Amino acid sequence: MRTPRWISQHLAAVRALLLFTVLLGLLYPLAITGVARIPGLRDHANGSLIEVNGQPVGSSLIGQSFTDADGNPVPRYFQSRPSASGYDPDATAASNLGPESIEDTLGDPALDPDSADGDGSKQALLTQVCARSKAVGELEGVDGSRPYCTADGVGAVLRVFRTDGLTGKVTRAVSVNQACPATPFIATYEGVTVECGRFGEDYRKGVLVPVRGSAPERSAVPADAVTASGSSLDPHISVDYANLQAKRVATIRGVPLDRVNALIDEHTDGRALGFMGEPAVNVLTLNLALDRMQ
Amino acid sequence: MSTTTAGAIFVLSLIAALAVAYRYLGDYMFRVVDGERHSRVERGVYRVLGVDPGAEQSWGVYARSVLAFSLISILGLFAFLRLQDLIFKVPDFATPINERVFPHLAWNTAVSFVTNTNWQAYSGEAAMTHFVQMAGLAVQNFVSAAVGIAVAVALVRGFARRKSEQLGNFWVDLTRITLRILLPLAVVAAVVLVAGGVVQNLTDGTTLSTLTGAQQHITGGPVASQEAIKELGTNGGGFYNVNSAHPFENPTAWTDWLEVFLLLVIPFSLPRVFGRMVKDNRQGYAILAVMGIIAVASIVLTNVFELGHAGTVPQALGAALEGKDVRFGVSNSATFAAATTLTSTGAVNSFHDSYTALGGMMPIVNMMLGEVAPGGVGSGLYGMLVIAVITVFVAGLMVGRTPEYIGKKIGAREIKFASMYFLITPALVLIGVAAAMATGNWQTQANVGPHGFSEVVYAFTSAANNNGSAFAGITVNTPWWDTALGLAMLLGRFLPLIFVLGLAGSLARQKAVPASAGTLPTHRPLFVGMVVGVVVILVALTFLPALALGPLAEGL
Repeated sequence: MRTPRWISQHLAAVRALLLFTVLLGLLYPLAITGVARIPGLRDHANGSLIEVNGQPVGSSLIGQSFTDADGNPVPRYFQSRPSASGYDPDATAASNLGPESIEDTLGDPALDPDSADGDGSKQALLTQVCARSKAVGELEGVDGSRPYCTADGVGAVLRVFRTDGLTGKVTRAVSVNQACPATPFIATYEGVTVECGRFGEDYRKGVLVPVRGSAPERSAVPADAVTASGSSLDPHISVDYANLQAKRVATIRGVPLDRVNALIDEHTDGRALGFMGEPAVNVLTLNLALDRMQ
Repeated sequence: MSTTTAGAIFVLSLIAALAVAYRYLGDYMFRVVDGERHSRVERGVYRVLGVDPGAEQSWGVYARSVLAFSLISILGLFAFLRLQDLIFKVPDFATPINERVFPHLAWNTAVSFVTNTNWQAYSGEAAMTHFVQMAGLAVQNFVSAAVGIAVAVALVRGFARRKSEQLGNFWVDLTRITLRILLPLAVVAAVVLVAGGVVQNLTDGTTLSTLTGAQQHITGGPVASQEAIKELGTNGGGFYNVNSAHPFENPTAWTDWLEVFLLLVIPFSLPRVFGRMVKDNRQGYAILAVMGIIAVASIVLTNVFELGHAGTVPQALGAALEGKDVRFGVSNSATFAAATTLTSTGAVNSFHDSYTALGGMMPIVNMMLGEVAPGGVGSGLYGMLVIAVITVFVAGLMVGRTPEYIGKKIGAREIKFASMYFLITPALVLIGVAAAMATGNWQTQANVGPHGFSEVVYAFTSAANNNGSAFAGITVNTPWWDTALGLAMLLGRFLPLIFVLGLAGSLARQKAVPASAGTLPTHRPLFVGMVVGVVVILVALTFLPALALGPLAEGL
């Protein structure tokens, strides 16, 4: 008896899946793994590990945090970019916050922000950027101000209420990211006194108005210093950010600035073939070179 | 050199490399799918499969073979995903499978990889063992790509053949495309990627103490072998959660260039196969021109929007750098984002959710174009040929003549198949978005306002078009989202595929119509322009309201 067509097709499908699984799912990756054992490829295949005194201390491709146990920057090291995963390769993630993520969720003042569950507050991307910019500015001794940021390091954003919703006279203005009792970053908006933000109040009827302020267009703190990378493991910082940190590192380590600058040059990966990507400074290898120097 | 100049050279060098590949890879692929001879290995494969390589199939049998293979693949992968902890469990996850890979997630992932979507509702490093990644997921990277190319070739045979019921043999096409095209290219690409720094091992990696004394777990895995076919087969499912942004998947600026090249090279070379098979290379060039014009326009626009960094946060930053890695920079990230959505790849080297409003709209628009410029491997060519059929139909209506394309009459039956093909994806996207909004499931979005709506639109557009990239802030690993997007992927892949094969069958049956004075030449710039117009206008009419509520509301 012949097998019916519809059954024979499914039998062929089962055999095909099994055969291709052996060929493409076992032989192919194992062959590549075998080829990757040859010297020259082997170190790459194992994760480009860097060893110091026989102990691995990191991968030249994977960024690290150079912070202490409390999360504060260790000043003798060049600092990496912010990371949405805290440089944890087991939990890579990006922030995924959008370009108009500008309104924070304020915390409940009745709850302890340092408790396990926190106080329910959530920073919008703008406030994260402003806070990081302020912190980096203070660490490096430069002006960390940016457009759309308040002096206290949150997003300069108002909810403006008008008589006819979107139009008409302003009746009320709230600086939504500045929780009371903070002093709003501007006193008045179109003649109306600006209030600080109160937890639990529904401001959604107001129109969101980010306020640019007078900060220069180009901040002294480079953009990569205040943004989380896509990989959350970015091993690089921009040349600008490295140059900004050079003075601090040189001072703390008591080495001439020229030596530090020379090391930055040495650990800068230029554009591949002169046009691919952007020049980037490898933070881990740079810091290791500094340690080795002393 | 300025970022803009370097970014422009990056794109131009890709175009040059693709132009070379068009001729050589295109001719090679033509010989593979058009040849008569079977190698000894292939004859062995056919013996194991129990198929007769000489027996050709009608469109119905061809379609049923595709569906049978895909159904078995989904079932097999689902079982594998759920049973992965039983064998070779590296890494040794502490979380049990029932809390790691839920049934709804296994369904979503199985459908996702079999349909060449590679939408990922899981995080690779936290959910999947090395074994299931390489022997389950990566196998589908090969064969789902081969299925796409096979169906495209079957459609082209429909144009090329006269008075025939036969479209070829699916099992032969599947085997040859896998063994002679995908596998050799993947082997070369994988080794080159290892040389660039992509990891390739079967270990759990290394746990080490960093310079400041913290613990860091440097992950391992057979990444290079998966990365190569992930790009080459326009799959896009990353070994790790952050996909091609991860330094172990994409370590340098030149591996980035290579990955963009790999994901574009087969889709852009397939029009050559079309031209060769219908014995008129000019027809291939015309289709290539349509793809090229749309692709270049999209890449340029994405770059303009991203480098222009409009919007509150990008203005505060002075550069749209959130979600982007320094070694790629803004321009190469934008180019990758455009390329991955112009094809059906969906791999990302930066996070589209954090793009400027209009820069983030471009990936959505690219997918809404139906991923035809150049589209996924195979699916791009068959999608574009369907649009070409619709174009000659529209042109025929204008002058009151029965339309023809490549010597075949486009009658009622053909245009019905073409219209059904075109309508299915927008219907899935818009119904899906409406369902998410109506049922409250949109509330898993990470951003608020128009951007949150964009996350929902992106999710269904990506699933229905089998892309797989995301505005990734939204949480989609819930029973509702996994099920709904799984259905969108399944229907978005196989319904169009059946209509394409139906169209192929009815074209193959026809005799050739000799070209006359009234025939619209389909290799001239006029026709190229018309096809571009049809693509853009059809999409604008379908999706403008949805875009107006999302990215346009945010960016204008």
